[in-house]
Amino acid sequence: MTTISATSLVRARPTVRSSVRSKDPSLARRLPVLLLFLPPALLLFTIFVILPMGEAAWYSLYKWDGYGLPTQFVGMRNFEVLFKNSAFLTALKNNALIIVISILIQIPLAIWLAMMLAHRIAGVVLFRWIFFLPYVLAEVAAGLIWRFVYDGDYGLFASAAHLIGVETPYVLADKDLAIYAVLAVVVWKYFGFHMMLFIAGLQSLDKSVLEAAEIDGASGWQRFRYITLPLLGSTVRLSVFFAVVGSLQLFDLIMPLTGGGPFNATQTMVTFLFNFGVARMQVGLGSAVGVVLFVICVTLAFGYKRIFMRND
Amino acid sequence: MFDHMKAEALLRSRFIARSAATGLALLIAAGSAAADTTVKWLHLEIDPNYLAVWKKIAEKYEAEHPGVKIEMQFLENEAFKAKLPTLLQSSDAPDLFFSWGGGVLKQQLATGTLMDLTEAMKAKDGAWLKSYNPASINGLSFDGKIGAVPYKMGTVSFFYNKQMFAKAGVDAASIKSWDDYLAAVKKLKDAGIVPIAGGGGEKWPIHFYWSYLVMRDGGQKVFDAAKNGQGEGFNDPAIIKAGEQLAELGKLEPFQPGYLGATWPQALGVFGDGKAAMILGFENTAANQRTNSGDAKGLDPDNIGRFAFPAVSGGAGAITDTLGGLNGWAVTKKAPPETLDFLAYLTNAENEGEMAKAGMLIPVAVGAEDGVTNPLMHQAAEQLAHSTWHQNFFDQDLGPSVGRVVNDVSVAIVSGQMRPADGAQQIQEAFEQDQL
Repeated sequence: MTTISATSLVRARPTVRSSVRSKDPSLARRLPVLLLFLPPALLLFTIFVILPMGEAAWYSLYKWDGYGLPTQFVGMRNFEVLFKNSAFLTALKNNALIIVISILIQIPLAIWLAMMLAHRIAGVVLFRWIFFLPYVLAEVAAGLIWRFVYDGDYGLFASAAHLIGVETPYVLADKDLAIYAVLAVVVWKYFGFHMMLFIAGLQSLDKSVLEAAEIDGASGWQRFRYITLPLLGSTVRLSVFFAVVGSLQLFDLIMPLTGGGPFNATQTMVTFLFNFGVARMQVGLGSAVGVVLFVICVTLAFGYKRIFMRND
Repeated sequence: MFDHMKAEALLRSRFIARSAATGLALLIAAGSAAADTTVKWLHLEIDPNYLAVWKKIAEKYEAEHPGVKIEMQFLENEAFKAKLPTLLQSSDAPDLFFSWGGGVLKQQLATGTLMDLTEAMKAKDGAWLKSYNPASINGLSFDGKIGAVPYKMGTVSFFYNKQMFAKAGVDAASIKSWDDYLAAVKKLKDAGIVPIAGGGGEKWPIHFYWSYLVMRDGGQKVFDAAKNGQGEGFNDPAIIKAGEQLAELGKLEPFQPGYLGATWPQALGVFGDGKAAMILGFENTAANQRTNSGDAKGLDPDNIGRFAFPAVSGGAGAITDTLGGLNGWAVTKKAPPETLDFLAYLTNAENEGEMAKAGMLIPVAVGAEDGVTNPLMHQAAEQLAHSTWHQNFFDQDLGPSVGRVVNDVSVAIVSGQMRPADGAQQIQEAFEQDQL
């Protein structure tokens, strides 16, 4: 879903323009091309995107264990059950929290690092590479590594706590702390990606504007606040967009870390879908989660695009 | 879910591609000698010693049956449970796979993805059928259909570290009631020893406590009534009392620190590393603690003792009632006929005897009993032989959706997150929802 909305985002304007232009060349001339190139894409899109979405919406109205075909129609009951389920409400809250942390901590951190690493000075490539490394790592591998880091018996946390003589915290087993442990990993995992976006953004800035400001006596902060940041606006908006959509779909990092536990404290919508829909073989309920997730994703993605990215 | 759907669609397309490929291969191979059959065997065994025994049996079978290849496939326990429903309906379905019986197997059988083994077992005057302990066949039959080939029986009991018990001055032989047990936990705690290794992260290791307490408090009558939706169901006073007793245990903080995040292998490791005095585990805990311990040696077998889950004063259940597994090998509908032949071979008296000798299992094959030489396993076998009521694991017996709620509730109660009465109500609600 991310890719679709992201590409449609990029394509949105050119298509408008081309549709205006395409009025004169006759359809007959374009028909062979259409017939040749449209069906494969359309077919794939239908099979892998449209059909599953429709199927999910259909399944969500049934009580179904995933075997054979759904037959037991229950109307909106899956949705009622869902919004009464405290674990799902926690999942919604966690998703919101992840978005907030991504925007308030991850992106400023990424901008700060990007500001330092956008210059062409010795060793800068090495640091970019180091900060980008977590993003390259597979999510499951990162989750497993951090599970070990947090381990209260043999992990890095245990050794560190031992060294300074405090009692070992079992962060992943603590229902109040676990979500923050997960958030730390999320920030660690993805800040490098946003940093790269900002570095690219910074490098494309017009240096003369900054120079002019410097000559006029603007301080470092003023230059950042009134020149760099506004000029970086489109990159920030894109970065926030990625952070929001990515946060909503967070799953593979959490499963090896906590599996959504303890007491569903680290559940997100997608881990909830897996734990309550797939693992319990309640495909109907799982589909209902999928539908809710889809509606939220689409609303946020298009709403965001409309409001914040109109001019990008 | 979109990913899941995509995966399914992908599997479908892969299937088409593969059928085309096999078609081609068949054309090419036409005329050559007998086609090879591969029997895909899906398991979740992690002990290399056990796997070696299986491998030996499979190789022997392959040698005796040219043209048949046994392919072992592994999935980790939790992944296995999660993936199976999708796997069974895909073209990648295994031919035989491990089953805990109970409601899960019943559901799989009802959906028609499994082969009904009744006819095959009853053929030739039931020669195959008669080769197993009748209780094992009964336990794997639903509505008159045999759903899996019996493989092993087991029972969950307490295992303890003898040295640690001695250090704390606890006598395991005197733990007969729940009060004795709580007193022992307190004594261990006072001696500075972690009383119990628990795997709260995976939840089901904790549901053994709740299950046993329900069995001891309510007995078979109360549990069967709840399971069949009669009377007060899971809100029965005896079941609520079981929850209260579990909460009482939890208040003593008997588990190792961080147990709420620990997996079952980690819990076994805690016990094997001598960091906790007890563990409520399967019959083969002695072997499993070795595999999962830090030094791969674990506790000396002589240092491990075993006692039955204590009785509850005034409870309807007896200390001789057992909770435990009855495992079998389920066969999928499209499995080649060689699968059945191989399973009959795998679970014949000779091979079950071999596996029993290796300390792997308590056999279900008639005539393999003598194989159980390991003293701890022998104790478990004795306990099973004299069992007054053998109950399958609750989370398997109650089916996937209710079973998972039982696991959640057990952990929530023992850690003081949920009141016992609320827990019972939550299970009852899940049960009612499942029945709709």
